[in-house]
Amino acid sequence: MMTLKVNGQENHIDADPDTPLLYVLRDDLKLNAAKFGCGLGQCGSCTVIVDGKAVLSCVTPLVLLEGKQVTTLEGLGTVSAPAPIQRAFMEEQAAQCGYCIAGMMMRAQALLLRNPKPTDAQIRAELQPNLCRCGTHMRILRAVHRAARLMDTADASANERSGQ
Amino acid sequence: MNAPVILDRRRVLQGGGALIVSFSLSRAFAQEGAPAAAKRPGSLATASYLDAWLRIDADGRITAFTGKAELGQGFKTAFQQIAAEQLDVAFQAIHVVTADTQLTANEGYTSGSHSMQDSGTAILNAAAQVRELLIAEAARRLGLAVEGLKTDSGAVVAPDGRRITYGELVAADMLHVQAQPQSKLKDPATFKVMGHPVPRVDIPAKVTGGEAYVQDMRLPDMVHARVVRPPSYGAQLVECDSSAVEKLPGVVKVVRDGNFLAVVADKEFQAVKAMNALAAAAKWKESPSLPRQDDLLNVITSLPSQDSTNRSDPSVSGQKTVEATYTRSYQSHGSIGPSCAVAHFVGDAMTVWTHTQGVYPDRQAIAEMLRMPPASVRLIHVEGSGCYGHNGADDVAADAALIARALPGRPVRVQWMREQEHAWEPFGPAMVTKLRASLDADGRIADWNFAVWSNTHSMRPGNAGTLLAAQHMAQGFAVPPPKPLPLPEGGGDRNAIPLYNFANAHVVHHFIPAMPLRISAMRALGAYHNVFSIESFMDELAGLAGADAVEFRLRHLEDARGRDVIEKAAQEFGWTRDQKPQAGRGYGFAFARYKNLAAYCAIASEVEVNRETGRARLLRAVAAVDSGQVVNPDGLTNQIEGAIMQSMSWTLYESVSFDDTRITSIDWQTYPILRFDAVPDRIDVHIINRPGQPFLGSGETGQGPAAASIANAIAHATGKRLRNLPLTRKRIKDAIDA
Repeated sequence: MMTLKVNGQENHIDADPDTPLLYVLRDDLKLNAAKFGCGLGQCGSCTVIVDGKAVLSCVTPLVLLEGKQVTTLEGLGTVSAPAPIQRAFMEEQAAQCGYCIAGMMMRAQALLLRNPKPTDAQIRAELQPNLCRCGTHMRILRAVHRAARLMDTADASANERSGQ
Repeated sequence: MNAPVILDRRRVLQGGGALIVSFSLSRAFAQEGAPAAAKRPGSLATASYLDAWLRIDADGRITAFTGKAELGQGFKTAFQQIAAEQLDVAFQAIHVVTADTQLTANEGYTSGSHSMQDSGTAILNAAAQVRELLIAEAARRLGLAVEGLKTDSGAVVAPDGRRITYGELVAADMLHVQAQPQSKLKDPATFKVMGHPVPRVDIPAKVTGGEAYVQDMRLPDMVHARVVRPPSYGAQLVECDSSAVEKLPGVVKVVRDGNFLAVVADKEFQAVKAMNALAAAAKWKESPSLPRQDDLLNVITSLPSQDSTNRSDPSVSGQKTVEATYTRSYQSHGSIGPSCAVAHFVGDAMTVWTHTQGVYPDRQAIAEMLRMPPASVRLIHVEGSGCYGHNGADDVAADAALIARALPGRPVRVQWMREQEHAWEPFGPAMVTKLRASLDADGRIADWNFAVWSNTHSMRPGNAGTLLAAQHMAQGFAVPPPKPLPLPEGGGDRNAIPLYNFANAHVVHHFIPAMPLRISAMRALGAYHNVFSIESFMDELAGLAGADAVEFRLRHLEDARGRDVIEKAAQEFGWTRDQKPQAGRGYGFAFARYKNLAAYCAIASEVEVNRETGRARLLRAVAAVDSGQVVNPDGLTNQIEGAIMQSMSWTLYESVSFDDTRITSIDWQTYPILRFDAVPDRIDVHIINRPGQPFLGSGETGQGPAAASIANAIAHATGKRLRNLPLTRKRIKDAIDA
């Protein structure tokens, strides 16, 4: 039994320490967004954020996550109150089958957290580990650019409200 | 009221015992003058009752039914647009139910870019006819003539302002009438929903972690299973002591039936661990049966074939003659999410939630495998990862059903592992084409000879023997004999007959029954390689004629809509006869009409080739597409963008690898595909809309033109013609160095 903090909530997990985080998220915590794609760390569809960094949850064992903050796509926002990255992907209609998209969004979110104004080349380099088979790449790139603009606007208006 | 009814499909299809009420429609459409025997449009031809497609409840809720499966193409949204438009209700007022053997019409497979053409057309006409029925009923109740009545926001409105809602108008069995061959469709100029870029209904859940896929299903008391597949085709399980596996934590059951081996556990990762232990305990006898991968040209062309010929006037021939041979490797669908299904066996009924492309044919196959009556098996389509053809979806559905039968009452979820999807999916077949043509004195193609060698392009279910689980069972089912898919759509010969006007065209299809590797339908079927071949060869001939590639195509094409997309793509690309790319770059062009009867697509591209490494990168592509009346322009654009990107990946990188016994491309390291470092700078899609024209399937139309356009650009950049797919870095480098 160990404690795992996911999307701000503490969870008591009864699973073997070698269990990959992906299975804990999907099976124990009933979260949908992180997807099983390869189990080998080759495709990125399982990407989540751990302490601000993009992590491949299919090859990250539970034992390494004690005391860390895990964020999944569910933790960013909802359909009625979407986070900027979610709004951006909706507005750009950046999905076909969408199976890879949650992983794309989490990796992009991690990039935007540390670099709010990435260049196109930086976005492409960041997304290199993530595969999309439907060929939605152009829309994904546009959505990440849009998310950066939306986050910038959100920050600006938040600063205005707080008088900064 | 029109209470929710479960349609009795047999009764509906046979028409037995059903009251056929068509007088009101006959009157409504009398002015159309349709002959009584005319064929009903789209899938109304096979499922003719209006209530197979639309249901209106007394509270005004409207449901549209389609027998097609949403695979990420976005047609669920398009169907909702169509129904809303023709019924004159808001987009949000419609709910769409997709493929389910208990609820929807049997529309076969969701394949061949047929969804809009078959199901979209059925819903279009059914909705228009339902609207007329509702108007007729309102006219009767109000004592007014139908001519003065209008529809607006789910109600029929009289000239004096009186309104009766659809919910109030609809009565029991009112929509249980057969469709007429002709419909009073709305004037496209008045469209409020169709033709507009409506956001897809499935995307919000997909970008917020909602339950969007069969992979996300969690039924009460559900268990997780994993299959241990043989290490190679035809391997026999000689020994498997599963006693240690059965004692592992969480393990519920080991299921063995002949060469079919699976393990069930309470939790998913327990199932994965148990699968690994079971795989280690299993001893298989393998036999080398695979051909030489490095000699596919000779392997394919030396297999026995059944030939069919399509010939025009053989007496014409030209002066300058060229020949070329093109090949394509076996290629993978490569779904990002391995195939998955959930099955539940209760009493004597089996329910399977599946991302199959054909709930009815897959039900037939699974029922045969389980030796159950099809009526006791229900298949419900739930979205999975994109499939692009016949991947592991049907097989994993069969796996789940077979395992669930051994665990009555417990829902069983099975997902394949990455290496299982890669090794066991039915691949896109390897192909060979040989072309010979000659030019006359005016630089026109005088004679054209095209020969294609190919397996079938469909080993889809219908028969149990198409399913891996059924093949592997102790009392197993034999793989059914393959059949060529007939023209005009064709399989290996799809798009083999050129759309161009040649004085003499001679086309031979060498259909090869023997299938050394497991193969089936992959997006565009033979059209991918045939269009690659034809459009590469057109460039070779244009070069021989000293002609510009675009002008040379137009010289040989009469089809006006084909000419329009060629001219549009060329114009938007900025194509000119004397264009000069930067050093190391090349321009390419290609065109096809998918199947010679679906959407038209022309693509111009610019490719950069690194002469030191051989690496080719598509820099930009400009496509023009005509798919008839457009329902959701952004959805169509998304499909064409995706087609170009995916075809680029197939064309530059992808090839299934194998030794004499096993498939060796079993993950993304051994089967590399497109990554972001190769993504183009831009892709532009230009739609030529044809309001009022029939829908033309567009999901596959880009595959062939994209491949040839890139190949032609590489030839332009390097001066070397590459004819063997994929056009890998090594092949390009070798050609440059040769």
